[in-house]
This record gives sequence, C-alpha cells and structure tokens, in this order.
Amino acid sequence: MLIFAARRIFQAIPILFGVSLVVFGLVHIVPGNPIDLLMPPEASPAVIAQMKKAFGFDQPLYMQYLLWLGRALRGDFGLSVFNAAPVWGQLVTALGNTFVLAILAAVLGFSLGTVLGVSGAMFHGRWPDKLFSAIATTGVSLPHYWCAIVLVLMCAVLHDWLPAQGMGDDSLPLYDRLQFLILPVVTLSLIPMGVIGRLVRATVLEIFGQEFVGALTAKGLTRWPVIRHVCKNAAPPVLALMGLQFGYLLGGSILVETVFNWPGSGNLLNLAIFRRDIPVLQATILVLASFFVVLNLLVDIAQAAIDPRIRR
Amino acid sequence: MPDLMPAEPPVLRVDDLTVRFRRRNMDVAAVNGVSFALARGETLTILGESGSGKSVSLKALMGLLPDYATIAGSVLLDDRSVLDLSPAELAKLRGGAIAMIFQEPMAALDPVYTIGEQIAETIIQHEGTSHAKAMHRALDLLDHVKIPSASRRLKNFPHELSGGMRQRAMIALALACSPSVLLADEPTTALDVTVQIQILLLLRQLQQELGMAIVFVTHDVGAAAEISDRIAVMYAGRFVETATVREIMRSPRHPYTQGLLASTVHGGLRGRVLETIPGAPPNLAHLPPGCAFAPRCRHAGDLCTRSDVPVTASPTGAMVRCVRAVPVPISEVSA
Repeated sequence: MLIFAARRIFQAIPILFGVSLVVFGLVHIVPGNPIDLLMPPEASPAVIAQMKKAFGFDQPLYMQYLLWLGRALRGDFGLSVFNAAPVWGQLVTALGNTFVLAILAAVLGFSLGTVLGVSGAMFHGRWPDKLFSAIATTGVSLPHYWCAIVLVLMCAVLHDWLPAQGMGDDSLPLYDRLQFLILPVVTLSLIPMGVIGRLVRATVLEIFGQEFVGALTAKGLTRWPVIRHVCKNAAPPVLALMGLQFGYLLGGSILVETVFNWPGSGNLLNLAIFRRDIPVLQATILVLASFFVVLNLLVDIAQAAIDPRIRR
Repeated sequence: MPDLMPAEPPVLRVDDLTVRFRRRNMDVAAVNGVSFALARGETLTILGESGSGKSVSLKALMGLLPDYATIAGSVLLDDRSVLDLSPAELAKLRGGAIAMIFQEPMAALDPVYTIGEQIAETIIQHEGTSHAKAMHRALDLLDHVKIPSASRRLKNFPHELSGGMRQRAMIALALACSPSVLLADEPTTALDVTVQIQILLLLRQLQQELGMAIVFVTHDVGAAAEISDRIAVMYAGRFVETATVREIMRSPRHPYTQGLLASTVHGGLRGRVLETIPGAPPNLAHLPPGCAFAPRCRHAGDLCTRSDVPVTASPTGAMVRCVRAVPVPISEVSA
C-alpha cells in the first residue's frame, strides 16, 4: 500500500510538469499581446519595449517558461499586468473564497446524492426510486447559471429572504455572512448531487446483484451490516467521481461566481481573461490544475486503500 | 411420507416444500413438493440438472428467496419451523444453526474484506464476542480446514487465494458457529478435479468431527457418489428417486436416474459411445401433466401423461416416482 502511494506520488510529478507546459502554452497561443492592450495606442515603441522588458515579454518563449516556472515553484507568480499587485496575494484570497463555496457545495451535493442513490437502489423500481432518479436527473440537466438566476429571483428579488450577491464584509456577524453562502452553495451542489446520485444508484444496484450479497445474508448478517459491505464495495468508483466533481467545483464555477458576484477564483479567472492579465491567468489555471492532479492522486490512494485489487 | 426416514431423530425435516415464482403473468413452479428428513452426521445429495430446482430448494430452507417467491410446506430445523420465523430470528439462524457454502467462492466472498474479517464478522454477529477473540477463532477455523500458513491467509483478500483455498475459507466461514446443518450448493463445480476431491474429503472429515447434517447439491454424479449417504434425484422440481448411494449407483430404478448415470463419463465406458438423454428439461412455467420426464423418456406410455404418477416406496426407505416401478421384493432388499 505504501509502495503504491509512493509510486503514484512519483508519477504525479511529470503530470504536473505537463500541466504547467500546457497552461503556459495555451495562454501564449491566444492572440493579442497584453502589452498592446495595456498601453495607449499612441505610446512610443520605446515605452512599449520598456514595458515588455519589465514584464519579461521580451525574452524568447522557452526562457519565459523556464523563468516563470522557476519563480512559480518558489511561490512567486509575479505581478498582475492590470494593477501591478502581487498575483499570489490575489490568488490566495480568491481561492480561499472559492474553497469555502466548493467544500460546502461538495458536502451538501455528495451527501444528498449518496442518500438519493442508496435509497433509490433500495427501492429499486418502485416510486421512491423513480422520484429520486427524477430529482437526480433534474440536478444534472438544469444549467446552473440558470438555477442561480432563478434562485436569486425567488429568494432575493420576489421575497427578501436572502442576499442576492456578494459575500458580505467582515464587519457583519457570522450568522449574517453565512446567509450570503446559501444561494451559491445550493446552486453549486445541484450538479454534484445529480451526478453522484445516479452513479451511486447504478453502482449499488450492480453490487446488490452480486452473489456475495446473498452470501452475507446467508451467514446471518442483518440489513445494515449488509449495506455497510455494499457501500464499501461501491466506494471506489464513487470516490473517483467525487474527486472529479470537487475539481470542477474549484475551477468550473466561473458562471456561478459571476452571477453571485462571488470574489472567488472563477471570478478572478474571468476578469483576468478580459484584462489579458497573463500572470494572473497563468497562476490561477496552474494552481487549479495542480489541485485537480493532487485531488485525483488522493482519490487514487483512497481507492487503493479501500479496494486491494486496485493496488498493482 | 414416502421418503427416507433415518433411524435417529432428524435434525432437519422438510415436508412437501413447494416454491412458486409469480411475476406479472409468469407462474414458475420451481419446487413441487419435496420431502426429506436428515439426521446428524448424514449427507443427502440432491442430484439434478441445472434448472431442476436444486438451488431454489436450498435457498428456501434458509429463507433466502426473494419476496415474490411463494413458499409452502414445512421446514423443521431442530423442531423449529423455519418458514414461520421472523426476519430477526431467521438472521440468527442463518450462519448459526444452518450455514451454506456456494459454488463460486470468488463471487460469494466480499472482495474488499480480508478472509479473517469476513469470518470474524460472522462470529461477532452471532455470538457478540470481541474482535480479537473472533479473529483468534477465525485463525483456528482456517487451521481446521487445512489452510497452510493460516495466520498469513487471515490477512489475505479473496483474490489473493487460489480457488481451492478460497473454497476452504468459505467452508471455514460456514463452520464458524458450528452449524447443525450445512447446505452445500455445488461447492466443487467451479474447482479443478484434483481440488474437488480434496474438498469432498475435507467435508466428509469435518462432518464426522462435528456431526453435522449436510445437504449437498450437485449435477456431478461422481461427486454425489463420493460424498453421499443417500441421493435424491431431482427433476422439474420433484424428487423422482431417492435411495442410498449404493442402490442408486447399482440399480437405478427411475429412467431419468438411469439416463443420468449412463451419460456420465467414467473408466468403464472406454470404447463405448456415451449415452445422452434426448431433449431438454421442461419449462417450469408450463409443466406437462403427469410425469414431467415423460417427453424425454424412452419408456413413456399413455399412462405417464395422465394425472399423478404413483410413488413406490420400499421398506428401506427408497422411493421412486414412475409408473413402471414395481415394489422391490423383500429378498432383494435384504441381499
């Protein structure tokens, strides 16, 4: 098991390098030079050249990559082209805000999805199963930016139940600040709930069909111990999907963060794209992509810890 | 009671067990009136083709059939009526007084728990002992079923064992709470021939040590001859012939039993064309009237397809369900 974990961690290193290369490459394939965009049209070529030099854009691309990577490894992502503030500070704040949303949405979505899926499988073919499947399918099918707008309309515009956007400021008491979380968290949890619910249902049904479940009953286990066995068998594929979904929650919530004006990494990414803020863009994508890799690494190790057949 | 009555008081007694599966417009008569009694230390083999209702009968004995199965008749285990037990009482019985081993140990063991955990779990469920004590018992059990380096195997997962080893572990699991009846559902079918005989011998030996009754289900005439005291030949959900293993092997009386024996490969057949039973077993949703074997029977006449087939019992307790059977003369029995 330890050997397996060590090997997986070792394998993740080249993946991370690949990720950094792709992140860097993609940003530079996009047309438009950040300096041209920043400088007024009448700026003299000398000034432009000076700017380029200041941000390192005058170097050949591979040198830019190496310099960038070298600094990134030390946690230095340079300065924002837009406001000359250190990228790292902005990123940490934004990621922290997104983390709060993502973790709450994941806890809510994954637990609801698991409950829906397990109960659907246990009532297989009867009305609770159909109802839960309908809920799960609805969760996956509705575009979440649309849900976000509808929720805002219902809870903030038509009724004054919850704040419509932002995250409140630090001066507010905790209870008030929590209210800002409700709508974005609910919106973000819909897709994980639906996806996990459907997979859990299918996996649990498949495992219920296996002979060992009958054998567990035959050795005198009652309902709940049998369900514990089924859940442990169902865990590896479900964990894999949870890892992916959590990754999407961290990186893919641009639309929802925009609707709710949530100052998270999605919002930061969105702004960086519009501002051609290459250092911010690179840093954000790199960090999010690395999270994704690390998350999948953790899932792999967890899977192997649960199911010994995966350790090879 | 046309069936075999052992001399000792039976530990398991089944009377007129019937199982029907009703689903939508299907009505499958899987088991149609099976009766037998079994004393401690005895082995009854239920011999039959796939789909003859052998496994369904076993599952019915343990209350393992799905909700849509209708079960009638009576099953008495140590004078307790199994079919009338509450789910909680049934759970206590399963793995306790009555245990089961399966055809495919790989499929019947949970792949993500160690062998030791799976055995210990049964012990804890039934006896509420501590985990450490249960693991210690599991180790003894693995030793008992002759698994080499048992303490290492205890920590192994099912996929890390060989087929024969897995079946031994399955047997250890079944024996965890010293059952009085062991149900064996084709436990040797999925194994190599050399391993088959080891498992059969092991079962025999364990039975003698623990004094269990075994109901052994198989389609393998060789395995049946090896392990049984008595054999019940099952066809279309009915016992068509029951007798001691000697009687069945030497003088089968039902044409189906004769066909089964004749279609078995063994050394004496060298140079001869192997016989087969023509046709296929009947559809259990539409059983023909009279003898279910009649459409495949070379001796079938008008009498066979008319209502009920007479059951001929002999003083030894043997039984045959065929119109052609004549009572065995007393002289032949004593010989």
